[in-house]
Amino acid sequence: MSNEINAGSMADIAFLLLIFFLVTTTIASDKGILNFLPPKQDPNVPPPDIKKNERNIFNVLINANNDLLVEGEYRRKAEGLDEEFKSFILNFGAPDEEAAALFNSLPESLKSQAQRRPDSSDHPGEAVISIKTNRGTSYAVFLEVFDNAKKAYFDIYAERVGITADEYRALTGDDEASKALQDKGKEGIPMAISIAEPDKIGGN
Amino acid sequence: MEQINTSALPDIIFMLLFFFMVTTVLREQDILVEQKIPQSSQLQKLQNKTLISYIFIGKPKNTGLYGSEPRVQANDVLISTPEIVQWVNQERDKLAEADRGSITISMKVDKDVKMGPISDVQTELRNADARKVLYASIGKIYED
Repeated sequence: MSNEINAGSMADIAFLLLIFFLVTTTIASDKGILNFLPPKQDPNVPPPDIKKNERNIFNVLINANNDLLVEGEYRRKAEGLDEEFKSFILNFGAPDEEAAALFNSLPESLKSQAQRRPDSSDHPGEAVISIKTNRGTSYAVFLEVFDNAKKAYFDIYAERVGITADEYRALTGDDEASKALQDKGKEGIPMAISIAEPDKIGGN
Repeated sequence: MEQINTSALPDIIFMLLFFFMVTTVLREQDILVEQKIPQSSQLQKLQNKTLISYIFIGKPKNTGLYGSEPRVQANDVLISTPEIVQWVNQERDKLAEADRGSITISMKVDKDVKMGPISDVQTELRNADARKVLYASIGKIYED
């Protein structure tokens, strides 16, 4: 008779424990869509009266039924909005000198997207995407539209510096090389996404 | 026929086990509101986790106690919207002085919440001058 304990099932026990921890572990992720809120408004100072040509604003309205009104056109789904945002930003309808220089610095693939329509934006520095919701609009739909707007800008930035959009978004800006790349993508094309205060319809 | 020596197998498994035991963080917060996080594609990852404070918005799980309207949870209690300014200031005081300006609020919002309560929360965040906001979201795969 041997006086050693049989350790053959030790692996099985350890496996069970391992599987338990594998299943219960959720690796916390801090991923999401970044947004910078505008500064607090001073009630004594009236909001600045900004005159902008209607063609430089791309309006997206989302009502309490989650229907979309994109530049005056009714729509049910947000899909495909990113391409429209992109061609709006890159329209170059009436570029000033600075914008013309910007246009010449863009790679061919982006230049070819300039449609120069008179009813769309003058140049990327002027273009603003405006998203307005009702209080009853679902957050998921709003986020989808916001996501599309971000996608349009990130696609442009990434194409400009010649990397994929995923790579561009992963840039941290911590070291000089990535900061330079980030700035090169953004230069002259500010990410102008305006989120209007929702109005009272359909909520409380 | 020679058999593979498996006597080191338990040790290997134990090593894996310890790794997962050590890396597992048991959630110290009880989430009191529903959290079905929406999907999106343009995700960015934040570098400095110490700067992030979390705010949870959703329908309370215990509707008998808290009602069925969406509520805001900060830390482990449900708070009313005007209390957010105070909460932000508390969170900011926990940070090192140099970092106080760059506090980030991660908004973990349930899919089914409407924009009304979210806009109220954002107004309060603006009042508290905590203007960097992250809409927490999980990845979506585009089929193209």
